[in-house]
Amino acid sequence: MPSGLDREVQRTVVRLHLNGEQVELLLPVHKTLLEVLREDLGLTGTKHGCELGECGTCTVLVDGSPHLSCLVLPLQVEGRALTTIEGMAQGAVDHPLQTAFTEVAAAQCGYCSPGILLAAKSLLESNPRPSRREIQEALAGNLCRCTGYAKILEAVELAATRMVPT
Amino acid sequence: VSGQLGSVGRAFPKLDGSAKVRGQAVYADDIALPRMLHCKILRAQAPHARILSVDTSAARRMPGVAAVLTGRDLPIRFGILPVSQDEAALEDHKVRYVGDPVAAVAAVDEETAAAACEAIEVEYQLLAPVMTIEEALRDAADEPIQESFSRRSDNIHRQVSYEFGDLAAGFAAADVVREDVFFFQGNTHLPMEQHSAVASYTDGRLTLWSSTQVVHYVHRAISRVLELPMNRIRVIGAAHGGGFGGKTDPFAHEIVVAKLAILTGRPVKCTLTREEVFYAHRGRHPTLLWYRTGVASDGRITAMHLRTALDGGAYGSYGAASVFYTGTLQTVTYDIPAYKFEGTRVYTNKPPCGPKRGHGTPQGRFGIEIHLEKIAHDLGMDPVQLKRRNFVKPFSRTVNWLRVTSCGLEECTEKVLAASGYASRTRVKGKGMGFAISSYMSGAGTAIYWNDMPHSEVQIKVDRTGATLYCGAMDIGQGSDMVLAQVAAEELGLEPRDIRLVTADTDLTPVDLGSYSSRVTFMAGNAALEAARKMRSLIVAAVAEKMRVLDLEEIDVGGGRVGEFGFEEACVIATTKFGALSTTGSYKPPRIGGPFKGSGVGPSPAYSYTAAVVEVAADPRTGIVTVEKVWIAHDIGRSINPLLVIGQVEGGVYMGLGEALMEEQEFRKGLHKWPSMLEYKSPTFLDTPPIETILVETIDPEGPYGAKEAGQGPLLPVIPAVNAAVFDALGVWVDETPVTPEKVLRALEAKAKGGPPRHGPKGFPAIPFPEPIKVEPPARDDLRVGAELEAAFSESPKAD
Repeated sequence: MPSGLDREVQRTVVRLHLNGEQVELLLPVHKTLLEVLREDLGLTGTKHGCELGECGTCTVLVDGSPHLSCLVLPLQVEGRALTTIEGMAQGAVDHPLQTAFTEVAAAQCGYCSPGILLAAKSLLESNPRPSRREIQEALAGNLCRCTGYAKILEAVELAATRMVPT
Repeated sequence: VSGQLGSVGRAFPKLDGSAKVRGQAVYADDIALPRMLHCKILRAQAPHARILSVDTSAARRMPGVAAVLTGRDLPIRFGILPVSQDEAALEDHKVRYVGDPVAAVAAVDEETAAAACEAIEVEYQLLAPVMTIEEALRDAADEPIQESFSRRSDNIHRQVSYEFGDLAAGFAAADVVREDVFFFQGNTHLPMEQHSAVASYTDGRLTLWSSTQVVHYVHRAISRVLELPMNRIRVIGAAHGGGFGGKTDPFAHEIVVAKLAILTGRPVKCTLTREEVFYAHRGRHPTLLWYRTGVASDGRITAMHLRTALDGGAYGSYGAASVFYTGTLQTVTYDIPAYKFEGTRVYTNKPPCGPKRGHGTPQGRFGIEIHLEKIAHDLGMDPVQLKRRNFVKPFSRTVNWLRVTSCGLEECTEKVLAASGYASRTRVKGKGMGFAISSYMSGAGTAIYWNDMPHSEVQIKVDRTGATLYCGAMDIGQGSDMVLAQVAAEELGLEPRDIRLVTADTDLTPVDLGSYSSRVTFMAGNAALEAARKMRSLIVAAVAEKMRVLDLEEIDVGGGRVGEFGFEEACVIATTKFGALSTTGSYKPPRIGGPFKGSGVGPSPAYSYTAAVVEVAADPRTGIVTVEKVWIAHDIGRSINPLLVIGQVEGGVYMGLGEALMEEQEFRKGLHKWPSMLEYKSPTFLDTPPIETILVETIDPEGPYGAKEAGQGPLLPVIPAVNAAVFDALGVWVDETPVTPEKVLRALEAKAKGGPPRHGPKGFPAIPFPEPIKVEPPARDDLRVGAELEAAFSESPKAD
């Protein structure tokens, strides 16, 4: 990347394990994971709402647990399994959470959806039958301005019932 | 429309649902074009100052900087309303709020652009900032904020004054007269997506992708400021990350990237930071309200006098309309026989206020609902009973000449009271329920720039590959594309997903005035209905000829078939007979406004109605108010898509709760106190209670299949219902928003000291309102509109 800044930018090679693929990049060390995903790797499914760790929009999974990619440097997550929204579906088959979100219209503008979907995925993997309160607590760091959260809760509960055979 | 509907009324998920949950939807900031430059805007750090000089030489010398712009490069002013062309893309001679754009840089990356902005030297002469309504009413210490627009020594922007009917007689007939003062705090949209725009200039044509709610208004503003004909500009609405009214103005960054793309010959992107989004604002006007109302002993309103004062921030935006809206729609819920309304909007050195969900009406609604509660209390009446006694009747005309068509207020009230158990609630200290109603417009009856053209235009193209619908309306997440697809599918006998949609692209789609004012389902829906019906009759005629059937009624359309043919086969038959097939539909609201200047704000072809009950737990020790449940009944006319309508209702309730309980903008010495998502409190998953939504259908004669709006109305009753519930729980009124714990405690302290059991503004400022325009009210049963109504005015001029 050409930079106009009149200063030394330290670059380093970073190897990421991203959505099941190995990626190797030469990066300025100060670039956040959010920036690298969106700008260097073209994974624009990860959104941003504040870039200060306040809104949850840029949530990705690191070894299955939600992290705010705007506060993570790629070096910190070398060798760990990263999942972005692009890695949630299995090819053409949506994750049950994605199916449920679509069905009940839990995504309106959809801008917060990738982050919420990943946070919900993490929740259901550790707690397959969460109570409504547990879902609210797990997702409380993710803001949504469209839905009033009602349809999102409904979608997570619907996905949970489908993911656990009864 | 008969009861037999196919697509209409069914709960289809949104057309773009899968793209959004898979991260495939392309929002403006997701666009990256080859050789794209990044733009940063230098913004004022003083609330009010003259610009003495701008030195960009150091910035221009920086490696990686492609272009630098200042106000001199973009001298033509613009603004959303023709009467308020008071903004510049970059300010040249003065700044009016912290955040006002002054210069812009395009560079190879964002960091370089930001560093170059820092290298720009701006010399300011500081002026005294004006930060409150009271200060703005006085003569300016240095100079008015908008010197060339207000032509006054103070900072009053706009005043309105009307008297409908005989106010003195109305008050004379009252048994009780009560006055109250309220304050509605300013707050902001806080869309999750930061505004973003990307411009590209090739072959002498400019293309702009933007996170706008209205491609047409951006198109007009760019044409005006860059002096380019509209045929050289294409504006495309990117996937939309939330608007709520905050992306309905044309913005500086959109014009700046367009100019930079032309200057550099390279694509240019600008994405606002979250802090900049707080400065772009256009949110809720902080508003003081004074109500004086006369009521007979039976609870009937005899007269009402309302004064409002709006803190508009530094620019006009939609403000000339907002001031009307604080006083216009009270009459479409309550039958007020004599009504005086005086409103004032002032300029202050803060980010400009504009249209947020409910546009001007939440403030007036908040005031009137609580005011009537207090009057009921004075009379020893049940507030619900008092309100119901004054409900407007369906198919009637209000004192200020607004025409009401369908009105489900009674039914909404009945249903929400029954569902919540309001009447039989247990009376325990610290627990309470509040009730409120509201109404909102299904699109404004008048275009914001005056013209007689349609407000919405739709084209439908059919060829051997099927049907495509084209419309300029922007799906901002509410699902309007699906609604348009359902309308076309209904008429053409298809499933909605069989219709291709092309929307919000000024090269490809005919003009629609955009996604605001709760107008898309109603207006674009009506236009789509007309286009689809025309297309249906063409196809039916061709198929009938092929089938040798004389009576066109015998050709069934539905289930993907036309007569004995599949839809695509029918398209082949119709194309063979007629050649290229394209139909159009237009919608222009009927002329409804009364015979007086300013009657254009408030009329709508139809009004939605809502009733809500909010249940709270309010702790008298801490003042903390927790909303436990909300019941809401909404008169949607007809629910074309219940899934999407309920989504709008729930979102509106949530946003209302945010305004009621925590959302507020405050300023300290000209600085926004909390321009971040952490400090600007908005409800989380944990703060949002269960919401029980009841849809009431009244099948409005004006709406497509009888539909009315859902996007804005349901926010309105929630806010006063919270305050009424707090009174129910603790016996004190908080006469302002938001209801914070401190305010509850102050109200409890006031009550304990034997004062009035309230916390709120002490009084309403002395404002020199102009002499009111006196308007004779219409006959309540006069429902005439359009030419018929205008003819009646010319026969007997009733008012000046």
